[in-house]
Amino acid sequence: MTESCVLRMESISKSFPGVLALDKVQFELLKGEVHVLLGENGAGKSTLMKILSGAYVKDEGEITIDDNLIEIESPAHAQKLGIGIIYQEFNLNPYLSVAENIFLGREPTILPGIIDWKKIYRDAQDILDSLCVEIDAKQIVETLGVAMQQMVEVAKALSLNARILIMDEPTASLSNKEIEALFKTIKKLQDDGVAIIYISHRLEEIFRIGNRVTVLRDGKYVDTKPVSELTKDEMVKMMVNRDLDDHIPKIKAEIGDVVMEVENVSVKDRLQDISFKLRKGEILGIAGLMGAGRTRLAKTLFGAEKISKGKILVDGVEIHMNSPRDSINAGIGLVTEDRKNEGLILDLSVKQNVCLPNMNKFINSGLINSRIENQAVDNYIDKLNIKTPTRNQLAIYLSGGNQQKVVLSKWLCSDAKIFIFDEPTRGIDVGAKTEIYQLMNQLVAKGVAIIMISSEMPEILGMSDRILIMRNGRIAGELSDTDASQEKIMNHALGEAYEAVL
Amino acid sequence: MKQFFNNQNLDQIRQFGTFFGLIALCLLFTILSPYFLTTSNLLNVAQQSSIIAVISVGMTFVIITAGIDLSVGSVLAFSGVVMASVLHAGLPIPLGILVGLGVGFSCGLLNGLLVSYGKIPPFIATLGMMSIARGAGLWFTDGRPISGFDDSFRYLATGEIFYVPVPVIIMIVVYIVAHLILTKTKMGRYTYAIGGNEKAAVLSGINIKLYLNIIYGIAGLLSALGAVMLTARLNSAQPIAGIMYELDAIAATVIGGTSLFGGKGTVIGTLIGALIIGVLRNGLNLLGVSSFIQQIVIGSVIIGAILLDTNLKMRKN
Repeated sequence: MTESCVLRMESISKSFPGVLALDKVQFELLKGEVHVLLGENGAGKSTLMKILSGAYVKDEGEITIDDNLIEIESPAHAQKLGIGIIYQEFNLNPYLSVAENIFLGREPTILPGIIDWKKIYRDAQDILDSLCVEIDAKQIVETLGVAMQQMVEVAKALSLNARILIMDEPTASLSNKEIEALFKTIKKLQDDGVAIIYISHRLEEIFRIGNRVTVLRDGKYVDTKPVSELTKDEMVKMMVNRDLDDHIPKIKAEIGDVVMEVENVSVKDRLQDISFKLRKGEILGIAGLMGAGRTRLAKTLFGAEKISKGKILVDGVEIHMNSPRDSINAGIGLVTEDRKNEGLILDLSVKQNVCLPNMNKFINSGLINSRIENQAVDNYIDKLNIKTPTRNQLAIYLSGGNQQKVVLSKWLCSDAKIFIFDEPTRGIDVGAKTEIYQLMNQLVAKGVAIIMISSEMPEILGMSDRILIMRNGRIAGELSDTDASQEKIMNHALGEAYEAVL
Repeated sequence: MKQFFNNQNLDQIRQFGTFFGLIALCLLFTILSPYFLTTSNLLNVAQQSSIIAVISVGMTFVIITAGIDLSVGSVLAFSGVVMASVLHAGLPIPLGILVGLGVGFSCGLLNGLLVSYGKIPPFIATLGMMSIARGAGLWFTDGRPISGFDDSFRYLATGEIFYVPVPVIIMIVVYIVAHLILTKTKMGRYTYAIGGNEKAAVLSGINIKLYLNIIYGIAGLLSALGAVMLTARLNSAQPIAGIMYELDAIAATVIGGTSLFGGKGTVIGTLIGALIIGVLRNGLNLLGVSSFIQQIVIGSVIIGAILLDTNLKMRKN
């Protein structure tokens, strides 16, 4: 490994409406090293890599490649600079051959418009052979397994002379054997002088192939250290060790009887043996990494996923959930993660959205009673302090926080006694966040039970009475509010990888 | 600013614009032709527009759900010939009409089932039905029209109540009921919800399959009602009736401001749209413009209306 620096990013900042995604972050990459980028969901890893690959434009900061100051303008520009990125979702055309995919858009030609097929296959095969993978350049991509498709992506990046290769959780869907093969390829690329930025949550892998680690937390740079100087505990600490003075206005409610029992619920290939009890007045936090199955669980409890095993009881009665209607009738409301696509109908008014799940309340001999409907909606606008000029304003024109309040009103209006919140404060500004927390306090004070899925540690720790941690579609651990800490949650969430290191 | 230029305002401007367009057209033809602004001619326009207007109501419901129904013309022909043959077989008129409406509803329901349970894109499902119903009508009659009906049946086209032709009254009743359904009932609210965001509608507990079935069924039912009106007017049910009606119905709906992307639209707008097409045809006829050129004009109006829509939307964003 030579010590020459191929990439230096300094004081990189990027903000999105209402969020500072990156705050003066730095990152340095040496030739031939595997540099691990580590952090929780939303720490800023993806944003940083999107800036590097040209998908986002930075607000501030400097990027130096081979000692030249560079403004990366577009993905095409990044490619030209020798930066390749391999996303978790591949960008391959499944119906074309491997070679066609590798050279898509820059096929070698004999005459203008006439592809030089001999050359395209030969060149593609050369690159594949150099990676020591057994793929025929003429094979159709669709017929390849995930691991081999990933290799095609690598080959594509190399054909573009990538000297910096970004790999975003490359092992997420690979088997152990395939991971070994990938590591071999990575080693080989390293020997050839390619610098690799490696994003992964699997600590075990980091110790196997990483040279150095840079940790980000809440959009800020934490530290860069050689892997050999770190233990897993130190890594976890770097990831989560934040100041928890986040003014979360939790008011504990009296915790009452069990309202919901989930017994060994499984969803084919996605959720395994989920069991827990939920009590009145309780906020049950559900933590975990992205892809751990939390949103799937929320949808399942709401009747939007088919349960393959197990049962769900509300007030001691088993509920057969064939559709969201059944769970709404059982008194469950889901505040979805994706407000705009799942929670609201943006082209309908505040009123129409609020009343949608429980129209029967407002129907009088077949017709909607506008007077009662208006009264009810005005009442929610008032109580939840929804900022809207009128109840007839379309939902699309409200701010994120107010949209979220409309979603809440929907379930208040349908008399829900169990609220499932999936990332309740995502994309909401700080002031509105506090309001949402206060509304949650009011709900539990009235005896409502809340399941709150969140990727934000302060939120999980601040609002939950009890915390379940999910990993790989299972419940990996449970912590009481007094017992919980960022480290403990992260350890459960990282799970197996962590145990493997022990 | 934002408050003023909100969507509702724009939709109102849009609706007003369509209405203004209709008035402007009427003024134009009044100036150009002395025959246009006469009671008998205006009633004539209303009567001529009534069938398309009735079919367009079903189309509006379907398009608000972000669907489309290409089969309305064929379903009209098929239900018309079935009704005609049972009438000729001696079935009492009300029963015969019910049979016709039943056939139309069934065809529509089948469309709905294909869309909701079969998960076939509405364009394809109804394209298939368009061919099937047309073929069924031709096969059923061997390609021949069924003509000659009782005067009491023909009254549905020729009759008048207080000087207003019966077809116009049918049309008005259909529009009043449809308007009430869309604005005052659960089903109306759900229709907008399904078209506005199907996912969110499901997660709000709406049984979208059920409502899609009903809505496509209604579209078929109204096509059959169109068949009753057309058969009474022509004194003949023809298996080749209603060709291209789907395009007129789509045009009326779209000119009336219903979004092809779903979630938005009113039947009042559709009525104005149908009348605009009717007035254009009538006025151009009065001016002696050839039917070939009429097609060009009507096509341009459709495109103009959509251009206006898109531009308003762009300004909104």
